[in-house]
Amino acid sequence: MAFHLKGIKTPHRKGTKGVPVVHIDTPKTVTIPMSMHIGKPAVPTVKVGDIVKVGTKIGEAEGFISSPVYSSVSGKVVKLTNYLLANGANTTAVVIESDGEMLADENIVPPVVNSREDLVNAVKNAGIVGLGGAGFPVNVKIDVDPQRIDYVVVNGAECEPYVTSDTATMLNRTDDIKVALNALNKYLGVNKVIIGIEKNNKLAAESMINMASTIKEFSVQVKILPNLYPQGGEKVLVYHTTGRKILEGKLPIDVGCVVLNCTSLAAIGSYLQTGMPLVEKCVTVEGGCVTNPQNVIAPIGTSFKDMFDFCGGLKCEPAKLIYGGPMMGITVENMETPIIKNTNAILALSNKEAKLPKTTACIRCGTCVNTCPFSLSPLDIADAYEKKDADALKELSVMSCMECGCCSFNCPANRPLVQINKLSKKFLNDQAKKEASK
Amino acid sequence: MSSLSVSPHIHSGRSTTKIMGDVIISLLPATVAGTMIFGWRTLLVVATCIISSVVFEALFNLIVKKDQTISDLSAVVTGLLLALNLSVNIPLWQCAVGSLFAIVIVKCVFGGIGKNLVNPAITARVFMLIAFSTLATPAFPVGTVDATASATPLTADVLPSMFDLFIGKHGGAIGETSVLALIIGGVYLLIRRVISWHIPATFIGVVFIFSLFVEGFNVDTALSLTMSGGLFIGAIFMATDYTTSPPTPLGKIIFGVGCGLLTGVIRYFGTYPDGVSFAILFMNILTPYICNWTKRKVFTKGGKK
Repeated sequence: MAFHLKGIKTPHRKGTKGVPVVHIDTPKTVTIPMSMHIGKPAVPTVKVGDIVKVGTKIGEAEGFISSPVYSSVSGKVVKLTNYLLANGANTTAVVIESDGEMLADENIVPPVVNSREDLVNAVKNAGIVGLGGAGFPVNVKIDVDPQRIDYVVVNGAECEPYVTSDTATMLNRTDDIKVALNALNKYLGVNKVIIGIEKNNKLAAESMINMASTIKEFSVQVKILPNLYPQGGEKVLVYHTTGRKILEGKLPIDVGCVVLNCTSLAAIGSYLQTGMPLVEKCVTVEGGCVTNPQNVIAPIGTSFKDMFDFCGGLKCEPAKLIYGGPMMGITVENMETPIIKNTNAILALSNKEAKLPKTTACIRCGTCVNTCPFSLSPLDIADAYEKKDADALKELSVMSCMECGCCSFNCPANRPLVQINKLSKKFLNDQAKKEASK
Repeated sequence: MSSLSVSPHIHSGRSTTKIMGDVIISLLPATVAGTMIFGWRTLLVVATCIISSVVFEALFNLIVKKDQTISDLSAVVTGLLLALNLSVNIPLWQCAVGSLFAIVIVKCVFGGIGKNLVNPAITARVFMLIAFSTLATPAFPVGTVDATASATPLTADVLPSMFDLFIGKHGGAIGETSVLALIIGGVYLLIRRVISWHIPATFIGVVFIFSLFVEGFNVDTALSLTMSGGLFIGAIFMATDYTTSPPTPLGKIIFGVGCGLLTGVIRYFGTYPDGVSFAILFMNILTPYICNWTKRKVFTKGGKK
């Protein structure tokens, strides 16, 4: 590629890449929140004492942007509890005690898909949300006028350090991905697919190139991306695969693209073949405190503790427990936290890994300005936020910040730049609400 | 108990202290060269400037009850740079006054590291140039009697040989004469990615081209003039100061070209023999404007880079 957006070199630490994926022993209980997606939480359809099986619906989608929730084990509902999500919101969670049998619900049959509407419904019923991390319901993404779709861009860029679960998908679930792509071609008329994979992920690229070579009916291309974080950012990925720019406040579909994570695609393919909704997830269990780091397939709702115990336990007191990668992941405070639909990794970072330098005064070195993929000026944003200058913040396009963390990662003064950008966005949103209510 | 925090949860490990440490390392060749050329008193001047800079910063922080900042090593850098810009026979009390001016007046009063509007060492040098006469009578290398080697090139009728200019065997401030030592330090800073090529290359390049024009395209004379005075130390170590120069490549190029042009103009048309310090100081003041002119267009607003 002649030209690409800026980015940074992060450590890789992808020791789990290519290591065989294992299934976890059935956990004793699972805690399944009703909100594992962007949009309205699902409404519980079970009560305490109900017997459920793998794939039994326990939460109904509520409204257009929402997603249904299914039991990931067979057993008995023991509790409906208030649950504090990692993002700070409260929702209901269904706690299910497993009978250890993992019996599948008898009503599960492959869906009948004969039209675009059927496909959108199938994806909705499968409970599939953006599995790269954002958790946006996938059925909403593909429920657009097929004329508007020029490209389906498959996100195979696993740019976060440690995380290799998408790579595991691309290596082990090529058939599922192929079934999904064929369905998108047949019912949505998609005839151009670009799979973006970083240059250093040769294993995944080979696997996807082989898969692509078996598809003759439409174009499936593997685009090799630079070895720079963050290739997986939606706007970065679309630009690097198609050359199209998604401007502030716009979505991929505005430039004719639908971006789907490779694991979301595999989930679609799997559902079309079996009818089993999204009830389990391949999760990278990593970090300096984990005894045997590996990719583990586990029922949704399995706790961090069960995941770590399965991987030989923790060999040191973790400095941080993280949902996702270390660049954009969310810290959680306790080991009972469950893995959810869009969890691609859980990390237990040691003190050494999570060590951050002392925050000191900004020396205006310009590193943040020169590493931001979108050419934002974090140091100016920080000045504007300190003055609470809404106009300046808008002018500086802080709303475009994808919070990738390039600025903070290399800041020699370890300024909380991402945090300031997040606060700035919230400040602007609050201002807008105030304006609206006037 | 694991802690909660906003992402990112890992860091590259870069720090202000490490960057300043690199700058100190990069100035060692020039310090050694200065000692060899001008004798042991060099070290006395260097030590006085560094120690007084650090002490003044520590005292200022104590008096105004700010967190202590001397561990970031920036005061050491300021002291060292100031010393290298002084004449070897300067009275030591003047070194201390210069350090006081650089650290307290130029830096601390404006809010400390990152908040100063102009480069502390440069501004202190200009202040001393005006306040004390010692700087105007430059030192000569030890053991030289020959007039061409002892005069500063910019005031001499006959220029020192190209080789003497390159290794630094001629009159001038302690750390400015050895182009070789300064280039070694500059290459180190480039390799360590502490600085980028934009400012030094454009600054030095423009002075060379300016000299070419003024000297009727005599390449030898133009080269000699380029290697004279405080150009290399200024272009590599002072003009590249983060706080007082623009962050973007385009901004740096404008800054470097501006420094070069002003240096040329002052050298040839001004009353002072060298214009490097004044040029950098003037461009420091223009930096906020250059920053505004060279803001990159944000990608999500249609910008490319």
